[in-house]
Amino acid sequence: MKTITSSKGISRRELLKRCMVVGAGLAVGTGFVAGSTAAWAMETKHVAPREMATLIQMARDIYPHNHVADEYYAAAVKGFDSADSKDRIAAGVSALDAAAQGRGYSDYLSVPWELERVEILRSMEQSSFFQTMRGNLVTGLYNNKNVWPLFGYEGESYSKGGYIKRGFDDITWI
Amino acid sequence: MSAKFDLNDDGVVVVIGSGAGGGTLSNELAQKGINVVCLEAGGRHLPQDYQNDEWGSFGQISWLDARTTSGDWRVAKDFSGLPAWIVKAVGGSTVHWAGASLRFQEHEFKTQTVYGNVHGANLLDWPIGLSELEPYYAKAESKMGVTRTNGIPGLPGNNNYKVFEAGAKKLGYKKVHTGNMAINSQPRDGRPGCQQVGFCFQGCKFGAKWSSAYTEIPQGEATGNLEVRENAHVLKIEHDKSGKVTGVLYADKDGNKHLQKARVVAVAGNSIESPRLLLNSTSSMFPDGLANSSGQVGRNYMRHMTASVYAVFDKPVKMWRGTTMAGIVQDEARHDPSRGFVGGFEFETLSLGLPFMAAFLNPGGWGREFTTALDSYENMAGMWLVGEDMPQETNRITLNHDVKDQYGLPAPNVHFDDHPNDIAMRNYAWKKGAEIYDAVGATRTFPTPPYPSTHNLGTNRMSAKARDGVVNKWGQTHDIPNLFVSDGSQFTTGAAENPTLTIVTLAIRQAEYIAKEMAARTI
Repeated sequence: MKTITSSKGISRRELLKRCMVVGAGLAVGTGFVAGSTAAWAMETKHVAPREMATLIQMARDIYPHNHVADEYYAAAVKGFDSADSKDRIAAGVSALDAAAQGRGYSDYLSVPWELERVEILRSMEQSSFFQTMRGNLVTGLYNNKNVWPLFGYEGESYSKGGYIKRGFDDITWI
Repeated sequence: MSAKFDLNDDGVVVVIGSGAGGGTLSNELAQKGINVVCLEAGGRHLPQDYQNDEWGSFGQISWLDARTTSGDWRVAKDFSGLPAWIVKAVGGSTVHWAGASLRFQEHEFKTQTVYGNVHGANLLDWPIGLSELEPYYAKAESKMGVTRTNGIPGLPGNNNYKVFEAGAKKLGYKKVHTGNMAINSQPRDGRPGCQQVGFCFQGCKFGAKWSSAYTEIPQGEATGNLEVRENAHVLKIEHDKSGKVTGVLYADKDGNKHLQKARVVAVAGNSIESPRLLLNSTSSMFPDGLANSSGQVGRNYMRHMTASVYAVFDKPVKMWRGTTMAGIVQDEARHDPSRGFVGGFEFETLSLGLPFMAAFLNPGGWGREFTTALDSYENMAGMWLVGEDMPQETNRITLNHDVKDQYGLPAPNVHFDDHPNDIAMRNYAWKKGAEIYDAVGATRTFPTPPYPSTHNLGTNRMSAKARDGVVNKWGQTHDIPNLFVSDGSQFTTGAAENPTLTIVTLAIRQAEYIAKEMAARTI
């Protein structure tokens, strides 16, 4: 089981016993958020686990990639788990939940369809909470070296001698 | 090994900035036996220090001091604190440039005569023409090792170029090739040939691309006549009662201030810092800043008509492999008002890595419309459109007294509004760029808006008459004979071509003039 922050050596089976599934493919327990199959888990110290799960779902709804697993969205928002951010995050999640309740759902994580969650986000697009999240994701998600291979991007090349012998002009269909 | 001059040595030429203008001028003067102190605000980062990492490099070498923006340009909305992407390091923006080295066209020196009066544009003819610059263009091309000149073969075309070339030729474009690039296609001048690393914008780790950081500067230092002081941030230029400049106040890396005396001062801090320095150098004698009797210091800021087209295909391109700018289509660089605008533009291939693509493809964009584009990143091709934008007096650098830099000086504000000619040219160029990719099977194309400006021009422009500009045909300020401008802020107009070759050309010529005037003791 992959841990995004260090855990206390807890096993996957044990983790699955201690968590509750929320939203699309996420689970929360005391002091952590995880994928619902416990393939990855992330500790939370300042932000409540349910709030962190909401941020992860929000991150995917802002920049949805079907082939990018939740753990990368989790890694992208991990930085918000801080003493400085927790009040802002609580307020932002509160606003998302209120918008969801306005549509008859108990919270943002309970809104089942992406289409509706995106409508909620669009209504909050000008808010500093949305803009902070979106702005952070541009590097938080796309500047993660583990994400690059998912898009085919090869990263640094000098140490490999550049591309002069590694296909700089290998296109076959032109 | 290199020189060391005393702060009180008033016989030196002080050059501010070590890029295309300042680096070349420093070396050219040193080669002529003239003592030069070159003050560079940034550090000395060299190929071993450069990073094949877009954001890592951005943090390492970009000019990130406080700046503000205003005007209707989209950069003011999306990147309000980053009007320009230029370099703070020895070598200036020659560290991160793509290497495109094109001569201006003859009519581009005579825009007021040839384009006529364009409403709202502050067009002016340069006080020099192409024929006067031709011998210096030739010297610059040899100095920089420009491909397709001096017997230097063109670079090979990468995947991105092949798509671009095929589409352009299908549309009937004729001037299509891998460019006039200051990137070695084979070993030359003690530097290797290009290995197609693909991180040109992050500094060339093989040194195949020309940069003053590892050519002009060390060559000048080797003469014993050039001293470069890094992390020396110039704050103010001092003058005497007669109005001559006498020295330069700068802060070192610890923030301690020093005054270097000077016989001649040349300002080459790029087009935002250079006018800012003159405006910050006010005195009772020069209440509007140095050399500003015309009121044109900071005005006529140009950033070129720029935009990009990215296209997605149903098969891989892998455009990130190889040179960032790998080819050009020049047919539209002509002046042809039947297209609906004056001036012309070039199509040049461009590639961004995934991290930068996420930031710049559509700034502020989100949701599936945006992410489906990135899902096809491997199948993407891209080009940059660079053309002549209109100088406008109201596009200008001013001092923002509400925002201070790390030294307590007012930060520069960059104000820019598109001119209708800029908009017409951009819309036409976007359309044609998309057609190039459609011609070879693009399934989707994107009109990407201008990035924070990498071409910054015009803010201390050349003019025949003192009332129309800041410097004369030598880059010498009209008001103060021993004060020069040596960077792209001299440009009277922007032309359709990338500016670096012309900046180097003007610096070679300016060095001859300064040496002659110093020998004649007129300065």
